[in-house]
Amino acid sequence: MKRMIKSNNPYRKILFGKEYETAQLRAAVVLLIPSFLAILVLFILPVVQVVLYSFTNYNLTTGVKDFNGLTNYKFILTDNQFHKALRNTFVFATGKLVIDTSLALIIALMLDARVPFKRYLRGAFFAPVVVPVVASSLIWIWFYDPGIGPFNQILEALSLPKSQWLYHENTALLSILIFSIWKGIGYNIILFLAGLQNIPDSYIQAAEVDGATGWQVLFKIKLPLLRPIISFVVMIGIINTFKVFAEINVMTPKGGPLYSTALMVVYIYEQAFTKGKMGRACAAAIALFIIIFILTMIQNKLDTKKSISLE
Amino acid sequence: MKKKLHKVNKPVLLVLLLGSLLMIFPFVWVVLSSFKTVADVYAYPPKWLPSSWKFSNYATVFEMIPFARYYVNSIYTSVMQTALQLGISVTAAYALVVLDFPGKKILFSVVRSTMFVPTIVILIPMYLMVSKVHLIDTYAGIILPQIFTAFTIFLLVSFFRSIPHDLYDSAKLDGCGYYRILSHVVIPNASSAISTAMLFSFLGHWKSYTWPLIVTNKQQYRTLPIGMKYLVQESSSEYQVMMAASVMAILPVLIVFMIFEKQLVKSITLTGLKA
Repeated sequence: MKRMIKSNNPYRKILFGKEYETAQLRAAVVLLIPSFLAILVLFILPVVQVVLYSFTNYNLTTGVKDFNGLTNYKFILTDNQFHKALRNTFVFATGKLVIDTSLALIIALMLDARVPFKRYLRGAFFAPVVVPVVASSLIWIWFYDPGIGPFNQILEALSLPKSQWLYHENTALLSILIFSIWKGIGYNIILFLAGLQNIPDSYIQAAEVDGATGWQVLFKIKLPLLRPIISFVVMIGIINTFKVFAEINVMTPKGGPLYSTALMVVYIYEQAFTKGKMGRACAAAIALFIIIFILTMIQNKLDTKKSISLE
Repeated sequence: MKKKLHKVNKPVLLVLLLGSLLMIFPFVWVVLSSFKTVADVYAYPPKWLPSSWKFSNYATVFEMIPFARYYVNSIYTSVMQTALQLGISVTAAYALVVLDFPGKKILFSVVRSTMFVPTIVILIPMYLMVSKVHLIDTYAGIILPQIFTAFTIFLLVSFFRSIPHDLYDSAKLDGCGYYRILSHVVIPNASSAISTAMLFSFLGHWKSYTWPLIVTNKQQYRTLPIGMKYLVQESSSEYQVMMAASVMAILPVLIVFMIFEKQLVKSITLTGLKA
């Protein structure tokens, strides 16, 4: 009602009469029902169920489903494989977030400079993002082949020690990490590049007139103005990094050598669909959910704190 | 001043060119290698070009696995998912942008919150639900659980917001109902935006992995990514065959990407910058 009076449009009064408002409400309900049905069935219901199942000994093979309290949670907290998966996940996530974000930022800053072939360069960095993960994993399986893979052949030609890549517990996760950075970095580059191009030229020209060096322009103007996008990239990065599954499942089935590439998602998948321990898998899934939630919360807090201190 | 503006930063260009070569190296490798003979694959020093162009590797893919079937499955499920997803997303985005109703903000945050639910968390109950209604190893079982992503809605929301509001108002003045505004004003005006969302959604479904892996046991329902995962085991490291399969999975996507690069990049930035 308030808006109606405030509006400068003289027709609004007629248009937003009571009758029109009910029509509008009815239309909104009809148009939104499919989506919210989908959200209900595909998100809300499963989330409720995953919580409930985590307190049961739900077994896929036997079909038993009895309440067993916190047994699943106690199990995963003392399970060595879970601990390993947890550690792997943190190592992988930290590595990917740090390298992905900083490398993407550097490349975006370079692409933002005055360089020719910009369209080709941007396309080259972005292309791996659109390609199906499994198809590109197949290529990298060959790259990483200890015997006939090009990586080892290059190392050999340079008379450097060869690596077992995906087939050794020390290098398997690193190999996946390298692949995953190749695969995903283009996405962040695009976001950063868009952010940089949104910065008005006049800001930078004004700084240059005032005698600012390139580094000063970078640290005093470009990076502070990029902050919202950097934090968006980090947030999406946290969510996506904890989701990584396809490349691991294709390149190192069953969690890799000595369970070294098993991230939490792999652990959950194995518990649920290889061992049929649905209850346990649900408890682990909730643990993962809580970790992601806490991390995004922390990230949010850090973000608001910093922006306040900037003002 | 003018001179400085047009100066190309050579070291930067060099680094970028080298980096871009690293990025596209796997694609060059996969195409060349898909024509190699077994001897080429095992050759040391590594052979860049195949010694004789062996097109039969492509035929071998079809003999080794029901590749055509996987392809058709992938096309069918991706098209259906995209159609359903766009249907529910366009209507929802329209309602969220154009219509005015109580609780809009809350609904918005409900949509947004689905982005924070990791797929793996809901995978297990989803699987149990789907198996309860006997949809394991069916197309419906593959398709239906994947018809909603908040991303598509947000993408459309940001597109619809860029349509001037006067357009809606004048349509109302002309006596258009809310459904007619959607079908006669929003959809025609946002057709390029909607096709971009469609493209995005299709590419996402085309490479979808975890859900189809879980929900299919029978070979005849496998989609391309799942079939290719099993190819790794079934081909026993016949790399040239794996590469031929990869090329067939990658090439259509890369062609689509080259044609529509601008739109794809734009949609990423739209959802990224406004989130």
